[in-house]
Amino acid sequence: MKHSAGQQNLNTITYETLKYLSKTPCRHQSPEIVREFLTAMKSHRLTKAEKLQLLNHRPMTAVEIQLMVEETEERFTEEEQIEALLHTVTSILPAEPEAEQRTGASSAEAMDEEGPA
Amino acid sequence: MFVLVEMVDTVRIPPWQFDRKLNDSIAEELNKKLANKVVYNVGLCICLFDITRLEDSYVFPGDGASHTKVHFRYVVFHPFLDEILIGKIKGCSPEGVHVSLGFFDDILIPPESLQQPAKFDEAEQVWVWEYETEEGAHDLYMDTGEDIRFRVVDESFVDTSPTGPRSAEAAASEEQPRKEAPYSLVGSIIEPGLGLLSWWTNS
Repeated sequence: MKHSAGQQNLNTITYETLKYLSKTPCRHQSPEIVREFLTAMKSHRLTKAEKLQLLNHRPMTAVEIQLMVEETEERFTEEEQIEALLHTVTSILPAEPEAEQRTGASSAEAMDEEGPA
Repeated sequence: MFVLVEMVDTVRIPPWQFDRKLNDSIAEELNKKLANKVVYNVGLCICLFDITRLEDSYVFPGDGASHTKVHFRYVVFHPFLDEILIGKIKGCSPEGVHVSLGFFDDILIPPESLQQPAKFDEAEQVWVWEYETEEGAHDLYMDTGEDIRFRVVDESFVDTSPTGPRSAEAAASEEQPRKEAPYSLVGSIIEPGLGLLSWWTNS
């Protein structure tokens, strides 16, 4: 059967896209995890675009949060609020195995919840 | 960075494919038409997500094939303005830093959007961030292959459909027309946290 040249474009783009996504934290997510994350995020009152970026990047530092969330100085007056947001992100969204070693103490909790890679 | 776009199109199925399930033939035709192609003002099409509605199929006089109007959703790459993305540095030129996502290549960070002060090293053809500390200036090189976090600040769609035949005079004097990317993004790394990932990791 002819798997024609017409299929080549589909093969190329899906291969490259999957390759890109496999190197992001999204690789370890599932619909259940996304649902759990969005439920936990309700109290932080972020916009859809902000929550999407947190899902895509799984930020682990305040600097990254400030890039993805607008006007953090006005909306998060206490430092604990940003810490709480970081905690929600890192505890619910699975990490990449190498990332655990990089940040050490702050993701120790996440490591306890993780099974073998 | 991906969106689901609702589209409608009429798909032509030739008679020798009538033995296949209609949905499969249609899915294959839609992917052949759209996958890895840029739709003007929409984005880079990745793959079919689902078929939402199939209307009746018609056979027209003179053509043995069936024509079916299909409502479907397609996965499209189209980051929103100000979105943060991570890519790889493809190379540097005086125009700026060229970044690729693997499946999408046409991302440029112009010199004015680099962490300042920045200079272009002609010998190595690489952009350098002259990072100042109390000890003095550190030169941080933006090498090819490095992961880079950037913000999407602009996008550009160019209609690359073929134009009609040119007049004889224009055809004689024209040089090689410049190949323009149908969809390109402009990025910025001027904020704290942006730029090479290695610049911001806590070691």
